[in-house]
Amino acid sequence: MKAFTHFFGSCLLLSGLLLSHFAFAIPTIQHWQTDNGVRVYFVPAPDLPMVDVEVVFDAGSARDANKPGLAQLTNSLLSEGAGGHSADYIAEHFDNLGAELDNTVSSDMATVSLRSLSESQLLQPALEMLALLLAKPAFGKTSLERIQQQMFTILKYQQQSPDDIGKKAFYRAIFGTHPYATLPEGTLESVAALTRDDVKAFHARYYVAQNAIITIVGALDKKAAEKLANTVASQLSVGKVAPLLPPVAQLNEAKSIHIAHPSKQTHIFIGQPGVIRGDPDYFTLYTGNYILGGSGLVSNLAKEIREKRGLAYSVYSYFSPRRVAGPFLANLETRNENTTQALQVVRETMRDFIEKGPSEDKLKKAKQGITGRFPLRIKSNSNIIGYLSMIGFYNLPLDYLHTFNDNVEAVTLEMIKDAFKRRLNLDKLVTVTVGDKNP
Amino acid sequence: MFYKHLQKLSIIGLLCYTSTSLIAGEVHEFTLDNGLKLIVKEDHRAPVVVSQVWYKIGSSYEQEGKTGLSHILEHMMFKGTKKHPPGEFSRIMAVNGASENAFTGYDYTAYFQTLEKSRLPISFELEADRMRHLVLTEKEFAKEKQVVAEERRMRTEDKPISFMYEHFRATAFQTSPYQNPIVGWMSDIENYTLADLQVWYQRWYAPNNSVVVVIGDVEPQAVLALAKQHFGPLEPSKITPPHLRPEVEQFGTKRITVKLPAKLPYFVMGYKVPTLTTIAKENRWEVYALEVLAYILDGGESARLSKNLVRGQQIATSIGVSYRLFSRLEVLFTVSGIPGNKHTVSKLEKAIQEQIKQVQTTLVDEVELERVKTQLRASKVYELDSHFYQGMQIGQLETIGLDWQLKDSYLDNIKTITAEQVLAVARKYLIDKNLTVAVLEPQSLEKNPSTKQQSVTGEAH
Repeated sequence: MKAFTHFFGSCLLLSGLLLSHFAFAIPTIQHWQTDNGVRVYFVPAPDLPMVDVEVVFDAGSARDANKPGLAQLTNSLLSEGAGGHSADYIAEHFDNLGAELDNTVSSDMATVSLRSLSESQLLQPALEMLALLLAKPAFGKTSLERIQQQMFTILKYQQQSPDDIGKKAFYRAIFGTHPYATLPEGTLESVAALTRDDVKAFHARYYVAQNAIITIVGALDKKAAEKLANTVASQLSVGKVAPLLPPVAQLNEAKSIHIAHPSKQTHIFIGQPGVIRGDPDYFTLYTGNYILGGSGLVSNLAKEIREKRGLAYSVYSYFSPRRVAGPFLANLETRNENTTQALQVVRETMRDFIEKGPSEDKLKKAKQGITGRFPLRIKSNSNIIGYLSMIGFYNLPLDYLHTFNDNVEAVTLEMIKDAFKRRLNLDKLVTVTVGDKNP
Repeated sequence: MFYKHLQKLSIIGLLCYTSTSLIAGEVHEFTLDNGLKLIVKEDHRAPVVVSQVWYKIGSSYEQEGKTGLSHILEHMMFKGTKKHPPGEFSRIMAVNGASENAFTGYDYTAYFQTLEKSRLPISFELEADRMRHLVLTEKEFAKEKQVVAEERRMRTEDKPISFMYEHFRATAFQTSPYQNPIVGWMSDIENYTLADLQVWYQRWYAPNNSVVVVIGDVEPQAVLALAKQHFGPLEPSKITPPHLRPEVEQFGTKRITVKLPAKLPYFVMGYKVPTLTTIAKENRWEVYALEVLAYILDGGESARLSKNLVRGQQIATSIGVSYRLFSRLEVLFTVSGIPGNKHTVSKLEKAIQEQIKQVQTTLVDEVELERVKTQLRASKVYELDSHFYQGMQIGQLETIGLDWQLKDSYLDNIKTITAEQVLAVARKYLIDKNLTVAVLEPQSLEKNPSTKQQSVTGEAH
């Protein structure tokens, strides 16, 4: 604390320099495989009497093949009846234990997560039920129809949301015929066509040990974590890892799509296919994008759109890495009358950044910001398990967190300029607008 | 920069299991000579600190014609002081790796940063500076009005369900300031002046109207010294809260239909109920019993509404109960949902009414009561994983005029609630006289259904 006794004005800016290296323990990831081949990643967290477990399958919507919605339907049905137990019984079982069960599907991942107190008389029965619903789901007819109805509701909700309408059109446009072109919810037609056989086949193919990882953070030791992982994985058949996904094609031309919607704002989506998780350019693009549109109110986009012109409340850009190229997206919403101006400012800001690159000073401050923020990445069990699942699922090096700041520090101005020129092509951007006025 | 209704958080409730206070680290409370209250809670799991500055000012303090003034002032708090020009606050925070933002509620406005722990002085220096030395200019104000208008369009006007809720609240409350949206009505956003803002800032932003909450890997005495250094020199103000205008008595059900371009119908019903602040001390059990009732109906997948209406009868595809017992004024106990694709809104309403009749006529099962208590005990541990939420609990209680220590006695209070008491509050409060119902009736999203919806053009630029 002493170093900070005298703080005035611009001296504050220096503090980042003084403190860019911290001495504290970055969690060391323990890694092994269960008896049937599930990869396990574990970090002990003894302070709170609780345990988080995530089971992640390579069974996201990219595996839907020609049946959009199938991955989501399968994942949602797991807790709707399994191993002879009804949906009501399963819900009561977890609630009686004070345990929280959750499931989510993204383009790459299908995840089932459990949060429980660490007392074994509460944890153990929760784990046993988790194992059952991963391996022995009933996929009953009534449940299947009900979840289909629920997916219809979500799809209809999305039809009244300009943000969701835009996102869908954007993914369709940048990913074309690739499985990433559809979202986990599928479409009204595709979901209606899904059958119990589809779900059973999908589950049998992808919810298998070779296609799964288990991540654990909580108040238990290695031995208990090993036992936990074996319990959760025990009933999964060995199976096979999912095949490689096809590569994402680059775009051939620029494309503008407008969708009429009776909203007061126009939602704007600009982008292209971006990077894979583990891409050698990732840290360069991440650091560059921090300056362009990834640092809240201080980013170039926020400064031009919001701070200087008051055109939008929210404006940002990101590279969201996936198995085979996730999206690069710049997004904002502005009232319909301002759409043309906002589009022009975003494009100019992007062009300026790609052509000139950031200044030396901006890069320095970006690095200070990103590296200075590092402790926030691992401040809670939730944060840590998020990283574990990402590292495990994408086979990133186990020292990913340990080398994070070094990777950011290694980025240079030239690397940013070079990478943005190679990876973002201004002449081939997709622009989607959803609103009441065609710009 | 954003406002939150925090309904999800408050449904979880601000409860505390006795043994968790041992796990959670001690709470230390200090008051500086100028009236600023400092509350420090140790959490040594990671080298981070959350710093939150809470002000006892929110949308429920506002006068007609000036709704949303607290919220836009929250935005303007990032627009510079004598020492720091507009934008510098966020630039300094960014270069120091802070995660920062602010939010306005009905009863409070709060500013927060999460930082690597040795950087707490940066937060204190800048927060102390803007507590008393904000510079408000026409130029920044004009732009920020546009930003707030965009925020309102994005969060409310272009979201049919949110828009409907705004009308629902405005109908349910006749005189209570909870009738107004936190972000403000659009015409108010367009019309308030820099002088309005100046007055509002002068009136409420003072050390004796604020609570600083610090959670993290810190040493309480060192935080106190730091607070004295930065906040200590600030002059207090004379704070005069406005005359509290209570909600008038309601004499029967109010119903509205909101017709908006949408795809889905939506249903919400709300009963006016007391909160921990409005109820007499000797009747506090009623509020805890209402909280238990909310959980019996909607505390997880096995709770009654999910079990009976979503899975059983399949009348609803989603359903939720909300009760914010930590509020300054009387609130609504709401049940809301989306009917199943094969069902109408009125069928859903009837089904909900049957569930309510059930809790008014038959004692809830001991197993259900026990389940609620187990869930709450667990959620008390789970919430300790979030530094931010721990601070949130303390700040919320303090700004609505309750003692933060209430959260420690809270689970004990919940534990005493019996099936008879749940039945009693269901009978006393969930009655037609106190009820407001709103229905979202979807209208076509297409202006002219025959025109083509989508146009694609190749383009070079």
